[in-house]
Amino acid sequence: MTSDNTNPIIFVRGINKTYSGGFQALKNINLDIKRGEIFALLGPNGAGKTTLISIICGIVNATSGTITADGHDTVRDYRAARASIGLVPQELHTDAFESVWATVKFSRGLFGKAPNAAYLEKVLRDLSLWDKRNQKIKDLSGGMKRRVLIAKALAHEPTILFLDEPSAGVDVELRHDMWRMVRELRAQGTTIILTTHYIEEAEEMADRIGVIDKGELIVVEDKARLMRKLGKKQLTLVLRKPMTSLPAGLNAWPLTLSDNGHTLIYSFDSQKEESGIAELLRTLSEHGIDFKDLRSTESSLEDIFVSLVHKPTETQE
Amino acid sequence: MNIYGIRAIYRFEMARTFRTIWESIAAPVLTTSLYFIVFGKAIGSRMGDIDSVSYGAFIIPGLVMLSLLNESISNASFGIYMPKWAGTIYELLSAPVSWAEALLGYVGAAATKSVMLGLLILGTARLFVPYEIAHPWWMIAFLLLTAVTFSLFGFIIGLWADSFQKLQVIPMLVVTPLTFLGGAFYSINMLPPLWQKITLFNPVVYLISGFRWSFYGIADVNVATSIGMTFGFLIICLTFVWWVFKTGYKIRN
Ligand SMILES: Nc1ncnc2c1ncn2[C@@H]1O[C@H](COP(=O)(O)OP(=O)(O)O)[C@@H](O)[C@H]1O
Ligand SMILES: [Mg+2]
Repeated sequence: MTSDNTNPIIFVRGINKTYSGGFQALKNINLDIKRGEIFALLGPNGAGKTTLISIICGIVNATSGTITADGHDTVRDYRAARASIGLVPQELHTDAFESVWATVKFSRGLFGKAPNAAYLEKVLRDLSLWDKRNQKIKDLSGGMKRRVLIAKALAHEPTILFLDEPSAGVDVELRHDMWRMVRELRAQGTTIILTTHYIEEAEEMADRIGVIDKGELIVVEDKARLMRKLGKKQLTLVLRKPMTSLPAGLNAWPLTLSDNGHTLIYSFDSQKEESGIAELLRTLSEHGIDFKDLRSTESSLEDIFVSLVHKPTETQE
Repeated sequence: MNIYGIRAIYRFEMARTFRTIWESIAAPVLTTSLYFIVFGKAIGSRMGDIDSVSYGAFIIPGLVMLSLLNESISNASFGIYMPKWAGTIYELLSAPVSWAEALLGYVGAAATKSVMLGLLILGTARLFVPYEIAHPWWMIAFLLLTAVTFSLFGFIIGLWADSFQKLQVIPMLVVTPLTFLGGAFYSINMLPPLWQKITLFNPVVYLISGFRWSFYGIADVNVATSIGMTFGFLIICLTFVWWVFKTGYKIRN
């Protein structure tokens, strides 16, 4: 966990989940979510993201471990805990024959809130659903159904919002609307936890990122710090004449030969003031190494993610 | 107590009923009318009175019970099975709603619907046969008690079922035979002595007998026993539901 963990809104402690078939979906998950942050949970399919969210929200029982949400144990004090949470599920589970208005009204009541037509109207307007309020949900497109699920999740004014793969099967327009809304909610103090396969989105949206794989939380880190720690730049030089080995004078440099000696790759820390490129090029020319092309690349979160998932032990704290 | 939550579930279920008002109301009323025409008029006219009650009037309480049991079970089982099937149950499970509150909403709505239906059938029967109700408060009490008990039973079936087939199998294979053999169309005194004993193992006998007593003051079995048996079944259902919810059986696996 990070040291500046001042005010967590969710504590997850030692959560294990073994499904009735015997499959262990979560292994000793410990996680703090800070109040007011946008937290992205990243992981490949089947990593256990939905399972973890479902346990926090009360849909699935944990095999062991405890969770508190907004100061309330999610099992012993489930009423207060659940009242503070809104969930937009991964799948488009909706009541086909209900109208949009009836279904958000239902959600608000179900979560124990007194009716408030003005608030629900605002939610529907923000999601461009107001014109469709009298339509049956079954007559809406997939994107509109997703909006309905978001409206339902917000109907009881939760302080914590879970979005399980909100971008899956969603068009560009809705994605824009959704991220705008997420930012607005965050500005109002709502804590947001999302899972996504769109790593660019996590990179763009999240304050912190947790990476989960095969039921294990591999790393939890500030996005910026994660990028700094793992964000590497590379300079690739295409050589005029292939080399079999590097001259001894270049041993001090982090260089690797690849492509049968046709390219030379220089890795450096993207966060450092001085890249050392100028000096490297001078040194290369001193050694008579000539190149015909060069390009530099930056590791995306995707690279980081892939390297974490494939080599968890190297990057674990 | 999450009153708003109970109300939301109850209204949701009632709205579902009124959306399918024809299937919900018209079909059972039509079926019952057919029973009256066939058993009450056509066959009943050739039957003697039973305990000085005309055959047409005699079968009314049984027919109401028949519908009440079927409707209670199918309403409640469908009510909880549908969200499981459609996946929308995630919302109920993630809501600050206790199981007692969920029961009040679902079972309350199912029972309301079947009581409404029972009264509608009584009204329909009036068009065919004149009858009196000797103990109207007891009649209402039996109606409510039976509706609640069997809605609860239906709720359990809906929780247990993981396919539409399973949803149908218990009502079809267990409840329908028991109601037909429960004395809806005959007095158990008309059975051979051995069957009079065997039939006492059928819980529906007590319901119909007690209910008929509230109409005509005649009963196959003691009224107190009838009430006791119905409460007994109610308590069995409640205990089972309590256990299901305590363990999260099959729902929050
Ligand atoms: N109800 C269930 N019963 C048994 N196994 C399950 C159940 N739900 C999920 N799993 C398994 O648990 C693992 C994690 O699933 P899930 O949490 O949905 O992953 P993610 O959301 O990260 O894709 C998967 O291997 C999945 O097959
Ligand atoms: Mg998932």
